[in-house]
Amino acid sequence: MDFDLTEDQRLLNDSVGRLLADRYAFDARRGYIKSPQGWSQDLWDKYAELGLLGLPFAEDYGGFGGNAVDIMMVMEAFGRNLVLEPYLATVVLGGSAIKYAGNEAQKGELLPQIVDGSLKLAWAHSEQQARYDLSDVMTTATKDGSGWILEGAKSVVFHGDCADTLVVSARTSGDRMDKAGVTLFLIPAGTPGLARRGYAMRDGTRAAEISLSSVKLGADAVLGTVGDAMAVIERVTQAGIAAMAAEAVGACEAAHAMTLEYLRTRVQFGRPIGQNQVLQHKAADMLIEVEQARSMAMLAAMMVDENDPAERSRNISMAKVGVGQSGRFVTQAAVQLHGGIGMTEEYQVGHYFRRVMVFEHMWGDSAYHLGLLADQVA
Amino acid sequence: MDLRFTEQEVAFRQEVRDFIQQNLAPKTRERLRLGYSATKQDIVDWQRILNKKGWATYKWPKAYGGTDWSPTQRMIFQEENQICHAPEVNGFNITMIGPVIIQFGTPEQKAHILPRAANLDDWWCQGFSEPGAGSDLASLKTAAKQVGDDYIVNGQKIWTSTAHMADWCFVLVRTNPNARKPQEGISFLLVDMKTPGITVRPIISIDGAHHLNEVFFDDVKVPVANRIYEENKGWDVAKFLLGNERTGIARLGKSMERINYARELARDVRQNGKPLIDDPGFRQRVAKLQVQAKALELTQLRVVSKAAAASDGKPDPFSSLLKIKGTELLQDTAELVMDIAGPLAMPDWAKELDSLNREEGDNEPRIGPDWAGYAAPPYLMLRAASIYGGTNEIQKNILNKAILRL
Repeated sequence: MDFDLTEDQRLLNDSVGRLLADRYAFDARRGYIKSPQGWSQDLWDKYAELGLLGLPFAEDYGGFGGNAVDIMMVMEAFGRNLVLEPYLATVVLGGSAIKYAGNEAQKGELLPQIVDGSLKLAWAHSEQQARYDLSDVMTTATKDGSGWILEGAKSVVFHGDCADTLVVSARTSGDRMDKAGVTLFLIPAGTPGLARRGYAMRDGTRAAEISLSSVKLGADAVLGTVGDAMAVIERVTQAGIAAMAAEAVGACEAAHAMTLEYLRTRVQFGRPIGQNQVLQHKAADMLIEVEQARSMAMLAAMMVDENDPAERSRNISMAKVGVGQSGRFVTQAAVQLHGGIGMTEEYQVGHYFRRVMVFEHMWGDSAYHLGLLADQVA
Repeated sequence: MDLRFTEQEVAFRQEVRDFIQQNLAPKTRERLRLGYSATKQDIVDWQRILNKKGWATYKWPKAYGGTDWSPTQRMIFQEENQICHAPEVNGFNITMIGPVIIQFGTPEQKAHILPRAANLDDWWCQGFSEPGAGSDLASLKTAAKQVGDDYIVNGQKIWTSTAHMADWCFVLVRTNPNARKPQEGISFLLVDMKTPGITVRPIISIDGAHHLNEVFFDDVKVPVANRIYEENKGWDVAKFLLGNERTGIARLGKSMERINYARELARDVRQNGKPLIDDPGFRQRVAKLQVQAKALELTQLRVVSKAAAASDGKPDPFSSLLKIKGTELLQDTAELVMDIAGPLAMPDWAKELDSLNREEGDNEPRIGPDWAGYAAPPYLMLRAASIYGGTNEIQKNILNKAILRL
């Protein structure tokens, strides 16, 4: 086993850290949230300059040939700084879909645009009735000559409001819960019949509800094989879990650090509250959970490229449970140890708390994945 | 020993339930059922209905317009209000300032303040915490200096719930900065929120809503006649008040109501192609919460019965136990409801989904199910439950000091 980063990874980590330390102070972030699109185009351009947008893509497409460990590092830094830009949506989710399902023409056209920052994607798979069931797809695509007509709706699509192109799943055959019969489509945002309603999430990031009403697409809009997208959908979701788990670890780490600072400086009864043993123990419990979560986020990153699907999904579930449960504990404790100030919108710790809450409720919460694992206990 | 409710108690519960069903406005009921906060108007309307019936002041002695209900009946009453989605009576009025006036007030104060508090003609709020005085409340600095017949108050309070809708505030102030112990230099004043020099500034909390405030006092004139009890003895009043606060703070009925609501939602939400209510992990989680609620119900009954039997009127340190377990249960049941909604609880679309408060002519289609819009805010706001009213860590210190003596 080797837990060390390569020299390249260390350099990348340092430059990301410096950029965010410089540009992601809490007040600056508040400004980005208040802007009409809810994030910073300027920083998006900086990520492109630094090569972050091309990190997981092959050099043939202008990328850097990195792996999930590189993504993990970036996402941890993003978590520490509560980054708002559509990185997960574009590079991790949309990018993975194209990487895993795209043909050469699609990859050759789209990946370089992701790398240079000119193309933002959104992953529009989940539907309101589906909750965490990946195969629950009611949106339909019916044959129309050589092309397709799509009808339906997609829910809580990360950065669906600003994406240039959406990757949308639709049922081309079979019944509501069938694993077979689902197909992915690439839909440019301006396509007639596609409507989106953007909103802020509880943590300040952006998402959208998407509706599809008689959306006409050509045959070339299909991404991957008709009727056979479920394996790709699982992989994209797993890549999303691994990336967001790393982000949650970054958020937990930062919330813990803020809490320690507060325990050292907040004086009650004539001394810093951190001198109370009961609070010291709670802070130590938080440390333990941060490190346990970090281990599980590493596991998830390692598993993204695992070829055995059963092994991959089992380990990703373990990581989702581990980071989810530790994340709840750490961020709830961070609010508690801060007292009243931790409850306020204008203080950063509550924002970490809510970012981790959003992570926990995407792609299956701890209880859901625990259920999947429990089914395998023999 | 018999842990079953008596026939009379069961009949009493039914009487309360029927009354609520016949008198509570359907819109208020629906709002609370979906998890929204009661509006000021919801609370005022309901408390006045209860007051007309003589029930708003159910915790007060009969001589002051209260009831002669047993501790068990009082508990049943509170529980039923919560279970039937009725707003809770204004705690600042009924649980805090009312009993304080009854215990410490002059006949004039009793005659003027109590009926208005009962009918919510005046909305009270609590000016205790300060930026530097949270858990260490006695270190408070807001100063009151006597000039003629008035105190001149200067300083700042924080976390003041509902100050922006309040008519009056009961405030702890420092009247003797040189006292031997900080507790000995504090007085308890009643302040009209309309007095010049008071500024209320909102604090937005992590649920995105405005419950909390900062209150600034800048040369605020308060008549000496508005002081409760003796000068520099305000800490005794505060201790009396906080002891009363802790029992009601468990809000057990609310947790029971959330468990019922969660079961209802889980019948409609699906997981792995089946109703979530059929998921073994989910059922275990609900069952565990039901066990916790049952234990707390009995413990609460034991504590309140003992308090009724005691003659000294001092707060029972066991009320700290109720506060700790009650707030943990409130947090866990709110978390359960949020977890059922899952991803649909994550968008901040409460306003968009709030069909009950839709403006006239707003025909914009809703973007998600009504109930999902308010599944997360109670979870977020209730993180404060283990902080307010004395943090749960402080409650454990109280248990240690008063009972364990380690």
